[in-house]
Amino acid sequence: MTTQMIFLILLLAGVAAFFYGRMRARAMTVASAEKFHSRPGHHGFYVTIWTMLPAFFLIVLWLVVAPLVVRWAVTNSLPEAATASGESVSLIMTTVEQLSRGVTQLEEEDFDRISSGAMTVQEVMRSKGVLVGSDAKPYMLQAAILDERLSANSHLFLTLFAGITMIGGFLYGRRGIAPRARARNAVEQVMTLGLIAASTVAILTTAGIVLSVLFESIEFFRMVPPADFFFGTVWDPRFSAPGRVGGSDGQFGILPLLWGTAYISLVALMVAVPIGLMSAIYMSEYAGNKVRSIAKPLLEILAGIPTIVYGFFALVTFGPFLRDAGGLVGFDIQASSVLTAGFVMGIMIIPFVSSLSDDIISAVPQSLREGSYGLGATQSETIKQVIMPAALPGVVGAVLLAASRAIGETMIVVLAAGIAANITLNPGESVTTVTVKIVSQLTGDLEFNSPQTLVAFALGLTLFVVTLGLNVFALYIVRKYREQYE
Amino acid sequence: MVEISAPVSPVSEGANQADSVKMSARDVCVYYGEKQALFGVNLQIPTNEIMALIGPSGCGKSTFLRCLNRMNDVIPIARITGDIELDGEDIYAPDLDVVELRARVGMVFQKPNPFPKSIFDNIAYGPRIHGFSSNNKTDMEELVATSLQKAGLWEEVKDRLDQPGTGLSGGQQQRLCIARAIAVKPEVILMDEPCSALDPIATAKIEELMDELRSDYTIVIVTHSMQQAARVSQRTAFFHLGVLVEEGDTDKIFTNPDDERTQNYITGRFG
Ligand SMILES: Nc1ncnc2c1ncn2[C@@H]1O[C@H](COP(=O)(O)OP(=O)(O)O)[C@@H](O)[C@H]1O
Ligand SMILES: [Mg+2]
Repeated sequence: MTTQMIFLILLLAGVAAFFYGRMRARAMTVASAEKFHSRPGHHGFYVTIWTMLPAFFLIVLWLVVAPLVVRWAVTNSLPEAATASGESVSLIMTTVEQLSRGVTQLEEEDFDRISSGAMTVQEVMRSKGVLVGSDAKPYMLQAAILDERLSANSHLFLTLFAGITMIGGFLYGRRGIAPRARARNAVEQVMTLGLIAASTVAILTTAGIVLSVLFESIEFFRMVPPADFFFGTVWDPRFSAPGRVGGSDGQFGILPLLWGTAYISLVALMVAVPIGLMSAIYMSEYAGNKVRSIAKPLLEILAGIPTIVYGFFALVTFGPFLRDAGGLVGFDIQASSVLTAGFVMGIMIIPFVSSLSDDIISAVPQSLREGSYGLGATQSETIKQVIMPAALPGVVGAVLLAASRAIGETMIVVLAAGIAANITLNPGESVTTVTVKIVSQLTGDLEFNSPQTLVAFALGLTLFVVTLGLNVFALYIVRKYREQYE
Repeated sequence: MVEISAPVSPVSEGANQADSVKMSARDVCVYYGEKQALFGVNLQIPTNEIMALIGPSGCGKSTFLRCLNRMNDVIPIARITGDIELDGEDIYAPDLDVVELRARVGMVFQKPNPFPKSIFDNIAYGPRIHGFSSNNKTDMEELVATSLQKAGLWEEVKDRLDQPGTGLSGGQQQRLCIARAIAVKPEVILMDEPCSALDPIATAKIEELMDELRSDYTIVIVTHSMQQAARVSQRTAFFHLGVLVEEGDTDKIFTNPDDERTQNYITGRFG
């Protein structure tokens, strides 16, 4: 029985146990005079837990431990001569494990051919459709046979024990169905543990990612001084060509990249903030219910377009258009420029600004509007002088969130911003961003411990710190704002 | 009778109106969507007096009050029929400017709702939007000061006019809202349960204030408290289930009402 099959059976048994437990609890509720502490569903789930969990943990434990035991046994069975010859045991074991996959197909005459030297182990195995290295020696076949047998046995025992545990668990859980049994509490406890486990996975993953980026960055800073990285104005990492050793004489100044990122994000905000804010005002203050129910989702579709599609649009349509339009008025704009990338990115983040601002403006209490109308103010006076000042902190938060989106955005700038690391004020020129450089440093055939590659992690860490800071600050502002109108 | 200056819109010659009537409602019905909230209300609001609207909650007091400055226009599903006149002028006439109307008929709400601005700007907001010459700084300062004095708040806030109005206590905020309404120089002030969110001391201050304001303004107040109605008002109207049951001198309503429903309400048998 394959491992997947075992898991499937366990799952089915769990489902069946639930229905069984619930049915039984129901029947007992009807029959007994005593009032049940927990609902039938709780009892069903209780039986499920006892049926599945012990067996599940047994299987997982077995799957981790058994291969180690088998490996240990097989290693010990290797002839003295093999390990004494100085060959690495782990290399031998790798070959043995490859062999063990085909060893059951070998027949008597195959062994004869090998022992007579007519064919090598490799040739025999290839004729069975199993590829092994040329270092496969006849004595390894014995080990492989042992390995195969032990593994098969282990699996057999696993199936057996898992079955027993499952049935035992089921019987134990079944016995627990009684009027005063606190099945609900037990079930809820298990559920809570499950939820905790889920959130732990998420948190640990985050921590793991941050730590790995951090360690790689530290590695980078061993090779390149932090001051050169953070304050350098020249970005020229000099790809280490094959054959050129080290090649760490590149320059890794982050400033041109930060400048490009900031400039493009600024252009993006200059597009997104007015458009997003005005549409938010329209949606929340002027639009009727009908218009809003159609227009709002349409606007939010913008947020659902994959950014690579925006990048496409910038590259193929908008960039050339901007270049030609600039040419008409005598303004020199490159096809991939600050303007192109900024503009398209601005369109991308419109929904972030508008959707959040809309929520925030709608959250301004109706009483403020009425207070203003009650003094004879018009709608536009009310919006300009009462509602917007009241909503301002929240709107600032929304804009900051959008900014952090813009800073971290990758696909649009990869396609539309260019790769030249310039510090320029001319929006018609091409600049590059932190994200673009991360992509270009990590794609391609590179050794993984050169500064040219590791710099990507330092860049990523910098970007992470900046966007995290922005997000925390923005959320703080938005929350502060919400509290004000609790 | 004190003649009131109306800075925004000239008072029309209410030719066939008794000049002691400031506003009058004739056969007013209000619907929220399908649901009818007011049934043919007829009521005359006398000049320079305080009219109290009482009745169990949900009987349509706020609804009626909000008809008087067309605040129901803000609610999309609200619909009104009948006539309401201010100085003999139909306030629902198509050519009437609702913005001007609300400058003449100001409103104070149940929950204090100061704007998130400084105390000074809270008061100055109304006059500014109505074109009070804001280049003349001292004039504006004077207007703010007199408004705050009339609302009895001046002594408490004169040293911190630049601080946010939202930082005041509940009672102070409500007086700020009254000052804000006064600054526009309205002729009528509508108050919807202005004291329901306040403690007894703040309530007493506001009641005192209303009595002083009566000489300059016509006041309509919705109140939950019958004692309050008895204390501050000259006339009282009792609403029940969207119907104006009875209206008359406050003394008479509270001592010798004509209608049995009024009798039951003021003796606390329901509501
Ligand atoms: N905005 C509204 N939408 C729908 N129904 C409303 C609205 N405002 C009030 N109503 C209804 O109109 C009736 C009268 O309400 P209201 O005038 O607020 O009563 P009161 O102020 O006397 O307590 C109530 O039944 C209420 O449910
Ligand atoms: Mg009310």
